[in-house]
Amino acid sequence: MKVVVCIKQVPDTKGGVKFNPDGTLDRGAMLAIMNPDDKAGLEAALRLKDQYGAEVTVLTMGLPKAADVLREAIAMGADKGILVTDRVLGGADTWATSTTIAGALRNLDYDLIITGRQAIDGDTAQVGPQIAEHLGLPVISYAQEIKVDGDKVTVRRQFDDRYHMVEAKMPCLITALSELNDPRYMTPGGIFDACKAEITTWGRADLKDVEDCNLGLAGSPTKIAKASDKVRKGAGEKVVPESPEEAVSYIVGKMNEKHLI
Amino acid sequence: MDFSLSKEHEMARQLFKDFAEKEVKPLAQEIDEQHRFPRETVDKLAKYGFLGIPVPKEYGGQGCDIQTYVMCVEEMAKVCGTTSVIISAHTSLCVDPILTYGTEEQKKKYVPDLASGKKLGAFGLTEPGAGTDAQGQQTKAVLDGDEWVLNGSKCFITNGKEADVYIIIAVTGKVEKKGKMLKEISAFIVEKGTPGFTFGTKENKMGICGSSTYELIFTDCRIPKENLLGQQGKGFAIAMHTLDGGRIGIAAQALGLAEGALETTIEYVKERKQFGRSIAQFQNTQFVLADLATKVEAAKLLVYKAAAKKDEYRTNPKISYSVEAAQAKLMAAEVAMEVTTKCVQLHGGYGYIKEYGVERMMRDAKITEIYEGTSEVQRMVISGALLK
Repeated sequence: MKVVVCIKQVPDTKGGVKFNPDGTLDRGAMLAIMNPDDKAGLEAALRLKDQYGAEVTVLTMGLPKAADVLREAIAMGADKGILVTDRVLGGADTWATSTTIAGALRNLDYDLIITGRQAIDGDTAQVGPQIAEHLGLPVISYAQEIKVDGDKVTVRRQFDDRYHMVEAKMPCLITALSELNDPRYMTPGGIFDACKAEITTWGRADLKDVEDCNLGLAGSPTKIAKASDKVRKGAGEKVVPESPEEAVSYIVGKMNEKHLI
Repeated sequence: MDFSLSKEHEMARQLFKDFAEKEVKPLAQEIDEQHRFPRETVDKLAKYGFLGIPVPKEYGGQGCDIQTYVMCVEEMAKVCGTTSVIISAHTSLCVDPILTYGTEEQKKKYVPDLASGKKLGAFGLTEPGAGTDAQGQQTKAVLDGDEWVLNGSKCFITNGKEADVYIIIAVTGKVEKKGKMLKEISAFIVEKGTPGFTFGTKENKMGICGSSTYELIFTDCRIPKENLLGQQGKGFAIAMHTLDGGRIGIAAQALGLAEGALETTIEYVKERKQFGRSIAQFQNTQFVLADLATKVEAAKLLVYKAAAKKDEYRTNPKISYSVEAAQAKLMAAEVAMEVTTKCVQLHGGYGYIKEYGVERMMRDAKITEIYEGTSEVQRMVISGALLK
């Protein structure tokens, strides 16, 4: 069984957010982590490896330093890493990103593609389903649980206050929620092996069946009008209640006022 | 001279830090107050290979260097002194001597289970009458046919009742040296459950309260002849060499305790307000923190240097790291004691309250000046090398 997991290196907001003049993120200047939803997707793939001996390939699109998340994934147990990086691919919105990743995936054999539901820097939740559309694959999103049975997957899909049980024949694409599982840690030996591992690097020329007009900032139909860090709304209101009952009363009153309850 | 860590080491540090924050820190206060051995943490350490970090892959370990192992002990100690010593005693005092002195059969029999964490290790040298004077050993081992028969006791043994494999030092006879009759001392591998091997008192300690510290009692305990570790009569040298490595682990523990106390204190002094401002704005606080941070950095460099020297030894056994290990432990332990004490002081009254954690770090730090060779012993080693 072959599983490809699409992962993304995202800013670790603990280190502060930095922007380029065009409103896109200055990723090179920020501390970075593996996107949490993607990590859950990777863990799901690694469990398929533990159970069925699946081969797990991780793929990421980003700056050269995005190779760090591939190495982290390999240190967790992934078998191969592919970095898609090229100046012309930078500044992509979800359309250009999914076009690029689909172009890379067309080079690979797979039974299952797993992506995270959404990245913490974009929060669009579009790229996974878009990739499936580009590749003509069924997609099951918001996976809380994944089971494999022969050539089928059965996924428990989160939906508001309930869930759906959805079945699909492979090859298909699943988007994972961070609630899907508790990702494993790397191992010390895995880290040293991962740092020695060869990462396959692809550029524009390696993408299959894509057109330049759909790539990078220039190929992005959506443009960032403005981007900024969180703006403080003011010092807030400080209240010192006389008793726990008064405190509860005050809080409930405020929640009513804001139509939260 | 490059003082930066490699990418691999930085990644490993992040791994240990994340694990310590999520898995170890939440239990630290509870296991200290309950004097409870954190078996659930040990199982998790085992799952990720943290109990076999410097063990070669061919014996089931992670195949990493001493620097990586030291960082693991350091990061665990930042949040929990107990957890760090469990790893250190197991790895440096039990796994390491078997790897260094064991026959191929002994290595294959014991190391994979120890490296995977399926079994835990311990080291028994100290006796009621033999602490710093380690030659005051009374525990005897007598060869009877195909078995060694052990009689005697060991005290203050870390991982005491929780371990499965023990390195035990015992007197096997007398040997003449330069006209004097001296004890012939040898090392043995003893397994838990061997008839005649029982446990005595559980020590009620000032710090590292979750660590299982027990008396080991041997009463006509018979072990196979093959369980002699290294050459007969070389036990004392084996013990001393083992402690050299153990000292680097304890130095890492002390370093971690100091760093953990300092980190939490820096956050506290920024928040705590007195006289209308944060106490971080007072020069006394600033100067004390500056001094502590500088001493911690100095200790860190000595600990990492000792680790690097032991890594060199692993490719060139002619190299000695005894002095570096002694210097690292001497400095790190005394710095840990000073830093944790002053951090309690900077916390004021809250420093005395268990929930704030620093008082536990101070209690944990004290033992680093004592076990695996007191600070006085370290001074003996260092001055001995200087005045050769």
